[in-house]
Parts: sequence; C-alpha cells; structure tokens
Amino acid sequence: GINAEYGKQWYQRRVRGVLNYYTNYYYKSNLSSTRMPTMYQWFYLLLLCPAFSALYFHMWETDVKCFVEEVPDETMISGKYKVEVYEEKTEQFIAKAGVGMHVDIKDPEKKTILSKYYTNEGQFVFTTHTPGEHYICLSPNSTRWFTGGNRLRVHLNIDVGEHANDYKQIQAKEKLSELQLRVRQLLEQVEQITKEQNYQRTREERFRFTSETTNNRVLWWAVAQTSILIVVGAWQMRHLKGFFEAKKLV
Amino acid sequence: MSLTLWLLPLLASSVLSIEMTFELQEHEVQCFHETLPKDKKITLEYQVISGGHFDIDCHMLSPNSENLYKQQRKQYDTFHHKTTEAGEYTFCFSNEFSTFAHKTVYFDLDIGEDDMLPPGEDNGDGAHATALTQLESSAYAIHEALRLVVDYQNHHRLKERIGREVAEYLCTRVQNWSIGQTVLIIFVAFGQVFMLRKLFDKPAARMGGKVGI
Repeated sequence: GINAEYGKQWYQRRVRGVLNYYTNYYYKSNLSSTRMPTMYQWFYLLLLCPAFSALYFHMWETDVKCFVEEVPDETMISGKYKVEVYEEKTEQFIAKAGVGMHVDIKDPEKKTILSKYYTNEGQFVFTTHTPGEHYICLSPNSTRWFTGGNRLRVHLNIDVGEHANDYKQIQAKEKLSELQLRVRQLLEQVEQITKEQNYQRTREERFRFTSETTNNRVLWWAVAQTSILIVVGAWQMRHLKGFFEAKKLV
Repeated sequence: MSLTLWLLPLLASSVLSIEMTFELQEHEVQCFHETLPKDKKITLEYQVISGGHFDIDCHMLSPNSENLYKQQRKQYDTFHHKTTEAGEYTFCFSNEFSTFAHKTVYFDLDIGEDDMLPPGEDNGDGAHATALTQLESSAYAIHEALRLVVDYQNHHRLKERIGREVAEYLCTRVQNWSIGQTVLIIFVAFGQVFMLRKLFDKPAARMGGKVGI
C-alpha cells in the first residue's frame, strides 16, 4: 500500500506538537501580516527546537521494559528512543556512547521479527504482516549478571499507522500543495480506520469462536461426566455385590 | 500568505497524543515523565486491560511535587487538568498491592486543545483576517472528526480485548477443571471399592481361625 513507500521519520506528530508550541509564542506576541513567518521559517524553527522531548521513564541497567501494540496487518510502526545514564558525580543524566539498547520485537505468533542492537539513540521501523499484539521490548546491553546497575533515563516515542508517516518527505517527493498534503493525510487516516475496523471484525469472530467452544465444552463434559458417574456407580454396585456374595456376607 | 494562515489553525488546535501499553509486574511501580508548557489542557486516560482484578493505582505529580491526582485500585479513569506551570510532570502506575498478578496497562496522554482561536474569527485588526476557504475548513473539520473516530475505535478495541481475554480464560478453565473432575470421579470410584475391600479383607484373615467355617 501507500504506507510501505514512506520513510522512517515520525515528523507528523512531532511537527504538529512542536509548531503548536511555537505558534503560541508567535501568536501571542501580536504578529502582523508582514512579519508572518513563511513555511521555510517554520522548518528552521524545527531545527532550533530541542531534538527530542518525548515521554521518558527510568529503568535499571538489567531491566527489560516491554510495550504492547495491538495493530491490524500491513501497518507501519515506528519507534524512536534516546538513552541517558545517571552520573553520580554531576547528579545528572547524560548521554554516553557506550550504553545502547537491544530492541526485540515479537509478532502475535511470538516469532521475533526484529532483534537488533542500537546505540544510545536509535530508531526502528517495521511493518506488521499479521494482525494482533506486537511486543516491543527494550533492554540495555549490560554486561552485569546481577540486578541493579546504573540508572537509565529512556526517552521513547512509538508511532503507529499514519502517524509514522513523514509528510514532509511525501510533499517533497510528490510535489504536493498544502491542501493536497492535507487530503493525503486524511486519506491515510481513513485507510487506517478501515484497517482497524476490518481487524475488529476478525477479533469478534475469534471471540465468538471462543464463546461457542466454551459452550460446547460445558455441554459435552457435563454429558460425559454424568455418564461416567452412572457407569462407574453401576460397576461399583455390581462389583461389591459379587464381592459380598463371595465373602458369604449376603 | 493564505497558506501559512491556513496552517496555523491546524497547528493551533491539534492535539498531541501519547499512548502506550506496557506491562507492569507485581510489586512494581512504573513512572513516566513529560515536560509540559504552561497553560495547557492535558488529559490522562488509563485502563487496565489484563491481569488480576483489572485494577491499578495511579497518581500524578506537578513539577513542584504537588499531588494533582491520586486514585487507588481503579480499572479505568480519565483525568483533565490545565497546567499552571511549565516543567516536568510525572504520572505513576503502581501494582504494589498485588501479590502475583502482573498487569497490562494502557494510558493515553493528550496534550493540547489550547484556547487559541483560528485567525479570521475573532481578530481585532483586519490585517490578517483572511478567512479560511470552505475547502480548508472542511478539511480541518474532517480531520478532527476522524481523530474522534480513531479515539472511539481505540476505546472499543480495549473493551473488546478485556472481554475476549476473560472468555478465553473461561474456556481453558472449563476444560482443565472438567478433565480434573473426571479423573477425580474415576479415582474416587475405584478408591472407594478398594478401601471397602480392604476393610473386609483383614478381619476375615484375622477371624479365619476363630470362625472355623
């Protein structure tokens, strides 16, 4: 589909978020029409802004953190992370070149589809081929045997579906105007919604199948257990009757 | 000119959304931090989608370590807040009360919806009062509607997942318990007969000499 062509960047969300922030600044400083920044100036602003200000969390060197993404098939998932190590001397988190991350991605059938080592700043992109839950596990490449170790700060951003598209690249490659780009984005969004609806249908099928299996199991096991009870009870009576007659007690 | 003006409302009202699903082991606390600017409307929504009694503790702290939100053992909740200061906001999920249930938690942090009006609507000076064309505003409206659709789809997906997991668990539980019960019935039946026979065997052996039949 269209998704497969596009590059690795995750700009769409980031652009909107960051430009949103700067828009506040510009708008509130009472900008007149002559000083309105052009499209190019917006992109220069991007260069000025902090490269990565996503959600972050802390983990130990020997930890493994797993994230789950339940997605339909043929969906692109792009993840970007940055690792910083806590330095006790300066009491700050700084980026060290040696500390990297091992990214392990498993598909719904528990098969590994990506298993790579990255440096302290890395990005991974993959397209799903089976619908379902994909597990994205991050573990720092540590040589320690025991638990603990250094404390790490991991900035992470995972984009799914049309959010993983690089619209800047699309616009440059296909020479689209703003409106055309917007329409393209809407088309991608709708396509993603359609895929999700289709996937939802297969999930409900599975749910129905599970419910029907349970129903059958309950029914047949009940029948089986009742008949076993009757058979075994009859056998018991017959056996004991024979036993007591042999013992000349009846 | 009109193009950049058109871009502004798209940027102004767009919502930055961070959503993640992660696993939380028992006795574990997982905290996430996000740097947020001032005067932003944020919405934190979380839902436990697997594990135990589907409940979790959650609390949110402002940059001054002020407790903004604290709830215990909730399955699903939404929390709206308008940031009063810029800085690092922290929200944590805790599974410390659980002894052996590891949980999967989904959360969604929406940042945005600032109260900035698109240009052309409520402007004092007419210098950049270029109104959006019908096409542009329609495209924008469609985008926002689709974003809502995706949101509802997501909620539906999570609810369905929880239901399906319970159903699958029930299915395997029924199977295992039924097999166990059947084996127990057969075992008890034979056991009863065996014990009864044993009761009669010994006294007969003991009484063998006395009765003399």
